[in-house]
Amino acid sequence: MDLAFTKEEQAFREEVRQFFRDNVPPDTRRKMVEGRHLSKDEMVTWWRILNKKGWGVSHWPKQYGGTGWTSVQHYIFNEELQSYPAPQPLAFGVSMVGPVIYTFGNEEQKKQYLPRIANVDDWWCQGFSEPGSGSDLASLKTKAERKGDKWIINGQKTWTTLAQHADMIFCLCRTDPGAKKQMGISFIVFSMKSKGVTVRPIQTIDGGHEVNEVFFDDVEVPVENLIGEENKGWDYAKFLLGNERTGIARVGVSKERLRRIRDLAGKVESGGKPIIQDAAFREKLAACEIELKALELTQLRVVADEGKHGKGKPNPASSVLKIKGSEIQQTTTELLMEVIGPFAAPYDEHGDDGSNEAMDWTAQIAPSYFNNRKVSIYGGSNEIQRNIIAKAVLGL
Amino acid sequence: MDFDLNEEQRLLKDSIDGLLTDSYDFDSRKKYMKEKGGWSKAVWGKLAEQGLLGLPFAEADGGFGGGGVETMIVMEALGKALVLEPYLATVVIGGGFLRHAGTDAQKAAHVPGIIDGSKTLAFAQLEKNSRYDLFDVSTTAKKKGDGWVIDGEKFVVLNGENADTLIVTARTKGDRRDKSGIGVFLVPANAKGVAKKSYPTQDGLHAADITFTGVEVGADAVLGNPEDSLALIERVVDEARIALCAEAVGLMDESLKTTVEYIKTRKQFGVAIGSFQSLQHRASDMFVAAEQARSMSMFATMAGDFEDAKERANAIAAAKVQIGKSLKFVGQQAIQLHGGIGMTMEARIGHYFKRLTMIENSFGDTDYHQRRVADAGGLI
Repeated sequence: MDLAFTKEEQAFREEVRQFFRDNVPPDTRRKMVEGRHLSKDEMVTWWRILNKKGWGVSHWPKQYGGTGWTSVQHYIFNEELQSYPAPQPLAFGVSMVGPVIYTFGNEEQKKQYLPRIANVDDWWCQGFSEPGSGSDLASLKTKAERKGDKWIINGQKTWTTLAQHADMIFCLCRTDPGAKKQMGISFIVFSMKSKGVTVRPIQTIDGGHEVNEVFFDDVEVPVENLIGEENKGWDYAKFLLGNERTGIARVGVSKERLRRIRDLAGKVESGGKPIIQDAAFREKLAACEIELKALELTQLRVVADEGKHGKGKPNPASSVLKIKGSEIQQTTTELLMEVIGPFAAPYDEHGDDGSNEAMDWTAQIAPSYFNNRKVSIYGGSNEIQRNIIAKAVLGL
Repeated sequence: MDFDLNEEQRLLKDSIDGLLTDSYDFDSRKKYMKEKGGWSKAVWGKLAEQGLLGLPFAEADGGFGGGGVETMIVMEALGKALVLEPYLATVVIGGGFLRHAGTDAQKAAHVPGIIDGSKTLAFAQLEKNSRYDLFDVSTTAKKKGDGWVIDGEKFVVLNGENADTLIVTARTKGDRRDKSGIGVFLVPANAKGVAKKSYPTQDGLHAADITFTGVEVGADAVLGNPEDSLALIERVVDEARIALCAEAVGLMDESLKTTVEYIKTRKQFGVAIGSFQSLQHRASDMFVAAEQARSMSMFATMAGDFEDAKERANAIAAAKVQIGKSLKFVGQQAIQLHGGIGMTMEARIGHYFKRLTMIENSFGDTDYHQRRVADAGGLI
């Protein structure tokens, strides 16, 4: 057992940090520190800088543009990125559809899609959830019917994150209505500009526009847009969801937010002195930091295990990451609310498109608190995670 | 970075697990508890035979030069088997004082007896009003000729009944809560003026309240600087906290395992109660709590080697907070999921719960350590 980072790993951390200092547009960083939303342009600009450096799709295999880093290097990169902070690569392209395409797609598809994912020439969104299919995803109803050299797609997806920016969607569609639940599903990709695709915004409780409903009305898709084999889509979806085990803890994000809380708590007064001098508050903050340290160590255990034994058999501790990671993220937004107190009230009606700088950034604190309720719901709700632990780890 | 055990460490783990599987089932434990002082001389002898009592001592002193990870392995195994024997008091704490501050003569006088299992130690530190503050010392040691005279009262001294030698904190200078002026003394348990009142503790161990009345010891009884040993005490107690964290991880592992086995077999309404989702989720939360505790136990073990004393103390305090929170949840829920049977002395699980509970209140509870971390400026 040796829990220290090697000299090489420490040097790598410094290299990554320096690159961020030199290359993340200062306004992008500032907006993230202040919890403001970024515009599409701001995000894409940064991702292209990252891609030019060769770090846009760092975890992909080398032949598709990956870096060949060790699992510890990936961990360091992610942590530095999250805590700098700078936007993480667009998960829907880089972490989700990209690996499915290079693992199950044909050569033509790899050539066509992968470079464009890496450079965000196409913005991808995810067509999984439906109004009647949340945690029970396999009950999905969106249909793809084969007609000559086309799929005809009908149905509805929901909670489609940033579909308003998207050029492409990867979609789970039912292609064999007679088969049992998981069996008749296929993984199909197509343009969001196709005739018959309608995007309707959903406004969330923070006032933001992050998610959408997407309707498909006789959308025609070329047959070659099927990824892998017909009716094997469920396997690819499971592969996709199991791919990113460690990033989900978002330790770097919580670290950055805790630093912000400490900083802010040294300025905001309560009882005539900075609130950080209030023992009860300070202990709550320390409690959260301790939980985060434990999570960081748990994550490192999983990372070290992957590095040594491969990703085949995940360390059981990996199940902890989603539950604890989301709970801690939520606690950090609660602590921010507590610090800002009555000044949480002002609401910025134009806060979600990244253009409005008229209102003080503290107007973003309450929305961030409201918005972060999502993290224990998405990606398999925490209740589903508990089901998974009970079954897969404890054998119940 | 590597969280795996190396070959030697794996062998160590196998050997102690094997020994305890053979000699520490629940019924044997009940018998050991009734022996004098509350633990088994025979088991202690086996631990000595396997070299476990000499683990952390330097090879030059007859030991095996084991480090923090080795102690973690042993303490986890002792926790898992709910062991009564005074490993913490003798090897971790007593041994710790000798390793960090013992002169060659003191080591020669005490270490061989620890390693061969013929002698045990106890740490007489807690006082009526000191609670968790290690510097709060009213017991006095006054110079007399070359030696010292010790007066005062110490409480809840683990292994106090059986120990051959007591390690006593006493004030040589200053007032009750001064951070300087504290010394550490090796006192023979049978010295004139030492009076012991022994009793069992909630978790099945044994402790004693000990009064020192004009106890005279020689110059060779002093460990370290008699006027300034708080740093030494803090260091050794930090090592005790690390060991307790590891013991708690072993206790939690076994508590969770026992509970999961129980809800898989206990039937109500015609099905195993483990098929109910509310119980499954509770067990999952116990797993999460135990894993977070394991991570922090490893962190504490690593922190034991930190050069910077403040950084070390802060990290270990943080670990004790996490362990305290996790053990409370795992322990309480283990009883809850067992239902009525968990309330009985007859079932194993309650004894795990009781030992876990006592660990929380040893060397600083969760609130105490959380405050320390908060006052030190946090952990980010």
